[in-house]
Formats: sequence, C-alpha cells, structure tokens
Amino acid sequence: MLIKTGSGHSSPFLYKLFVLAFFIFLAAPLVAAGVFAFNDSLFPVLPWQGFTLDWFFNDTEPKLGMFHDRRLLSGLKYSFIIASMVAGLSVLVGTCNAFLFVRCDFPAKNFFYIVMVLPLVIPGVIMGISILVLASNIANGVESGTGLELEFLRPGLTLVVLGQFSFITTITSLVITARLKKFDISLEEAALNLGASRWRVLRTVTLPYLRPAMIAAAIVAFLVSFENFNTTLFLVGSESPLTITMYDRISKAGSTPVLNAVSVFLMAGSALLALVSLLVQRDDRS
Amino acid sequence: MSFKGSTRQDAKRLTLLLLFAPFTLWILLLVVLPHIGMVVLSLREKVAPRIYEFGFGNYIDFIQEPIYWNTLLRTGGMSLLVTVLALLIGFPVAYYIAKLAGNRSKGALFILCLIPLWVSDLIRAFGWILLLRESGIVSTTLQKVGLADGPVELLYNDATVIVGLVYTVILFMIVPLVSTLDGMDNEMIEAGYNLGGNSFTVMRRIVIPYAMPGIVAGCIVVFMLTAGSYLTPILLGGKNSSWFTEQIYDQFIRRYNWESGAAFGFLLLAFTSLVIWIGLKLSGQTLSSTVAKS
Repeated sequence: MLIKTGSGHSSPFLYKLFVLAFFIFLAAPLVAAGVFAFNDSLFPVLPWQGFTLDWFFNDTEPKLGMFHDRRLLSGLKYSFIIASMVAGLSVLVGTCNAFLFVRCDFPAKNFFYIVMVLPLVIPGVIMGISILVLASNIANGVESGTGLELEFLRPGLTLVVLGQFSFITTITSLVITARLKKFDISLEEAALNLGASRWRVLRTVTLPYLRPAMIAAAIVAFLVSFENFNTTLFLVGSESPLTITMYDRISKAGSTPVLNAVSVFLMAGSALLALVSLLVQRDDRS
Repeated sequence: MSFKGSTRQDAKRLTLLLLFAPFTLWILLLVVLPHIGMVVLSLREKVAPRIYEFGFGNYIDFIQEPIYWNTLLRTGGMSLLVTVLALLIGFPVAYYIAKLAGNRSKGALFILCLIPLWVSDLIRAFGWILLLRESGIVSTTLQKVGLADGPVELLYNDATVIVGLVYTVILFMIVPLVSTLDGMDNEMIEAGYNLGGNSFTVMRRIVIPYAMPGIVAGCIVVFMLTAGSYLTPILLGGKNSSWFTEQIYDQFIRRYNWESGAAFGFLLLAFTSLVIWIGLKLSGQTLSSTVAKS
C-alpha cells in the first residue's frame, strides 16, 4: 500500500488520512499550550472568555503578565546568558573538531569519532550527575587541602554552562563537519598557489565557506540550551533558568495562563531563529 | 628540500596537536572523568557518619530492594514499547515524506515535522496536560458532545505517559528515516515490482533492508532519549509514574544519598547500553554504520 512512488496523487486516501492525523497529533499540544495565553480567564481552561493580552502586559495581580513577573523575567535573563555562552563555546570547539576529523589523519580516528558522538546518546540526567559529582569532589578536595573555596565548582551558572556544553558540542561538531566535508579543497590550494599564507586562506576562503553552518550550529545550540531541563536540573544553583522556573510553577502552583504566555513567547522566539537559520542557509545556496 | 619537508611536517603535527587539544579537554574533563568519578563514588559504602569504605553495598541495596530494579525494568520495557510505536508510526510518515510527497510539499512537510523539536519538552508536556486533565479540552469536549457524563481524567496513567513519550521522541525517528529513504533510488522499488513482487514483498525485501541503518539509528536515539527522559513521565504520569530517572533525582536531591544515586546512574547507563548492544547484534549493524555514520 505504501509503494507507488512519484507524485502524491497516487497514494491511497487512507494513507493520506493517516499522515494528516499524524500532523494534527503533532500540532495539538502546541496549539493547546499557545491558545490559552489569549483567553481572558484566570485558568487555562475552556470555555473561551474572550481575547486578551493581559497575560503578557498586565502589571497587577491576579493577572500578572509575563513581562511584569520578576521571577519569570530573571529566568529568561539567565537562560539567555547560559544559552549565549553555550552557543559560543560549542561552536568554537565544534569548528576545531570539524577540522580535526575532516582534515587530519591520526590513529584510531573512527574510535574517536564514535567517542565524539557519545555525549549525544548518554542520558542527560547522567551527564548532569556525573559532572556534579566530579566538580564537587574537586571543590571538596581543594577546600580540605588548602582551605580555598572554589565557588564556580558548586551548582550554579558555570556548572550549568559546562554541563550543557558537554553534549551540545557534539551537535555543533556534526553540523559543521558535514559542511566542511563538502568543501572543495582545490579552492584552498588555488589561494595558496597565488601566494596567500595558510592563516589568510583560512580567514578569507575556508571560514567564510563554513559561516552558514557555524551560524546554524550556533542557533541550534542556543535553542537546545534554552530548552534543556534534564542536565540543568542537577547543576542549577540560585540562578534558575526559565525552564526550571516554569517547571516549579507547573508542579507547585498548578497552571496559570501566564505559563501559556511564556510558551507563546518561546515558540515565537524559536520560530524566528529557525527562520534566520533557513535564510542563512538559503542565501548561501544561491 | 628536506628542510622544507620537515618544517611542513612539523606544521602538520602542530596543527593536529592544536586541534586535538580542545577535543581532548572536552571529552576528558566533561565526559570521561565525570563518569569515572561517578563509578568510583558508587563504590563507596557509608559505614559510619563521615566514614566510607570501598564496597558494592549500593549495588547490593539495589538488588535487594524490588522497587528499585522493578522501576529500572519497567523503564526499560516502556522505553522499548515507545521505540517500537515510534517506529511503527514514524516509518509510514517518513516514507510518505521521502517517497510519495511531491517535490514542493516534501520540504514543507519535513519542516513541519521539525517544529516540535524547536519547542521545549516542558511546553509540549504542558500542552498535553491542558488537553488531557480533568478540566482539560478533551474532557470538556467529550461532555459537550455527550460522550461522557462527568469530567474524565486522562492524565496519570501509563497509556498517557506512552503517548506523551512517543510524541516527544518521534522526530528523532523520522529525521534519520527520511534522510536514509531519500537516498534510495526509486528505480530499486520499481525494479522490485517489475520482477513480480507485490507491495508487501517489495517493502520487506527491498525498502526495509535498505533503510536498516536509518531504522537502527532512529531506534537507538529514541530508546536512549526515552529511558533518560524525566519531564514527560513525571508531568504526565504524576507521582506514580515510577520512572528510573526519578529514582536518581530522589537519591541525589531529596535524600542527599549521592553514593546510591551514582550507582543508579551507572546502572541506567549500563542497562541502556546493554539493550542497545543487543539491538545492534540482532540487527547486524554497528555504531559506526548507524549513529556515528561519518
């Protein structure tokens, strides 16, 4: 039943219906999370009470909008700081890894490649606890040995950044490696033959070619970091990023439409970034 | 001449060293050493306050307490079920996108598939809660239509957890499947028909064997993500979801028993790796032919 290839016209009705049902399944919870942000009611439930933007902009309780909610705003700020640092670091190391695996030859290369991919399949919870354990051990050792308190090795921003960086670097490495593989090496050779130094070739030929992939990788890294919960949960200190703040609200206070407003805000932000990464890659194709 | 050759080789070696440094620092400091630290910690037994000894006590506790290993087996079993469901639902969708959709709708459908990937787990689970809880959209609609007399609670049961997990991970099944099937020549399928095969034979003898690396890659990622997930089982399954990651959180954060939490972490890693190893053996694939395909 699945077989006839070519245009979509020949596929049977039931099959199309199945695919359609699948996409409705995909959209349903996102629509549910989004739509109640605009409902003029104190709870995210039906029936519809009319359209409002209070859950974004209102500045008084009980309908405190997200842009006036201090804890949500500080969560947003920390998420932004963490995601930017993770994106920057992981693109830097990811680019080095791409050159390492595409341009260099060394023993046991396949083995190291698998090692590079591993952090992506290790459960995030385990990434979190193992880094927490190591950092605490070092901090405790240093403290009992020298009396020095290494604050950055205790749960907090630095550990969250390191924990997320540890597996997001795999993603950026894979994205940038794929692009570097398609690079035509004769372009570099031509530039070298024309007398350019290696450094100059890298700066004016190879890196510009990689730029779309680096931007796309940075965007993906930023978003994955922004959304991350499992690893962050174990490493977070007093500076909670947005996902942790939201989780606390959902599990303790129950649901209020301000969380729907945050959802809409985050979905819009992701859509915008997705669009940017599509445009960057299209630009480059033409 | 020879001088020039050797400086060039030196430069090459220097480049290799410079590129290897960040890779090594990353893998060693943030992946290898932490995991060794976790295993070492899990082998420490508390014999008296602040006094620890080397021993397998934490693992013995795990074996002696049925709740612990039942939770691990349950997590593994449900993760396998989620993986199978994700494959059964994801394969036809991926096949449609890669082979049946017209050129223009193909890209659009693929991007539609990716949209939930850009939205956090938390928001997706939140959406499911709003749909399925007692005062949720589905319950209200059922009452309006007259299919239910009172509010229906659809949260906090295993079926809902499974639906939520399939939803969360299915994209990681569809994406590798679409890219594998996309690389398959349509003529291979047509040749199968011309040689007299019916739809079923062509699917079983040509398409599925060809797509095997993609299928296995998708299954590995989906299984690991499911077994390691935390938010979806907790939020959709409630207090009784009995997911193993919740036990780890419990030991680490609530009881502050890091030794036992580290043992649980290692057990989860060992157990999931074992399942994947068995899966690779059964399917005749390797890690480098699937997930780490270079």
